Amino acid sequence: MSDKEPLFSAKNRKLLKNPLSSDNPITVQVLGICSALAVTAKLEPAVVMSLSVMAVTAFANVIISLLRNTIPSRIRIIVQLVVVAALVIVVDQVLKAFAYEVSKQLSVFVGLIITNCIIMGRLEAFALGNKPWPAFLDGIGNGAGYGVILIIVAFFRELLGSGAIYGFQVVPKAFYDMGYQNNGLIILPPMALITVGIIIWVQRSRDKSLIESN
Amino acid sequence: MNTQSNTYTFLYASIMVVLVAAVLSFAALQLKPRQTRNIEIEKKQDILKAVNIASTPKDAEELYNQFIVQSFIVNSKGDITSEDKDATFAVDLKIENKKKLEERKLPVFIFKKEGIGEKMIIPIRGRGMWGPIWGFVSMEQDGKTIYGATFGNKGETPGLGAEISKPEFQKPFSGKQIFDETGKFTSLALVKGGGAVGHPHEFDAVSGGTVTSKGLEAMLRENLSSYEMYLKSSK
Repeated sequence: MSDKEPLFSAKNRKLLKNPLSSDNPITVQVLGICSALAVTAKLEPAVVMSLSVMAVTAFANVIISLLRNTIPSRIRIIVQLVVVAALVIVVDQVLKAFAYEVSKQLSVFVGLIITNCIIMGRLEAFALGNKPWPAFLDGIGNGAGYGVILIIVAFFRELLGSGAIYGFQVVPKAFYDMGYQNNGLIILPPMALITVGIIIWVQRSRDKSLIESN
Repeated sequence: MNTQSNTYTFLYASIMVVLVAAVLSFAALQLKPRQTRNIEIEKKQDILKAVNIASTPKDAEELYNQFIVQSFIVNSKGDITSEDKDATFAVDLKIENKKKLEERKLPVFIFKKEGIGEKMIIPIRGRGMWGPIWGFVSMEQDGKTIYGATFGNKGETPGLGAEISKPEFQKPFSGKQIFDETGKFTSLALVKGGGAVGHPHEFDAVSGGTVTSKGLEAMLRENLSSYEMYLKSSK
């Protein structure tokens, strides 16, 4: 890579775009599923969780990429863990100070960002071998790819489960009077898994290259 | 430099840990005041919730100042020992519950609103299955009838023990009696199987949340009993 490479060269744009579609961390790499199930009952926590994961992946990628030539390879996983853990604690503290309600809803899941496989996966696979700027884009891209799925799932779950979008009631009262009911089942985590499954199905039927050949 | 040598690895790890610790302590110190404020606001919201007043983090302060007309500390004999609002609010039950009964500071918050009347709000704290549970109980002026209750938990199992924080669990507490007809302190007893609905001295346990429910029963008994003399004198 030459120094004169533009900031958003085709290669760098791909780093941002691929995780959103053909290399999506949730639907294609199937990473980070557990938190995707847990925080998607409503849109608001899903959005906050997405932003938090995006921030953590991006900055962890940059930090590890900056340190990549100094990290002793025998303790590189520990170094990665310390960097990720420190960032997650900072995110947790910031949420407690500025978005207390949301931090209560997310409760343990913010702490569990540390164990989100997407982050460690990107650090190992990308940040250790690339310069900070591409690593940053890769982090933002993967965080966004994770976030997009979370938000799609949360949109349907909140709409069908609570009749609301981002906390605003959208299903009119007249519907309920006529006998419409919110679907209590979709609030539960298993339905999130099924929703993710449907997204994977739709994505694969549109993009045949994702289907493994036996 | 040889990045694979033992010395380098040890040095690297040590310096990294010290640096990270410094960054984290700095962040924690900077954000502490805001976090403490959030926790205070939450407590005010909880106190208001015990008398069924819904509030948002934005208007909690205002509603609290408007409706909580008096707050004071009593001792186990029922005498008022301090009428300082801030001191009452700051009492930490975690510390008080470890003290001997005679030495405990027992906070009381008096709520007053037209149309609802005057209620006494009593904070409670105990142990659930995985961690602390707490709450606020509001009493009618007769000192024996519960007007409303709210319970919070730190880490009870969602769907089981954590159900104590749901309104459906808390609503039936309204109207329960903690003294029997002869004036003896009875607190509330937990009962399995829903037979408790409508019974003045019993409440229904959470299915699958037995340890939490028992913790709640103990919490009510322990905390409310220390107010016995005060509640009797207020009749």
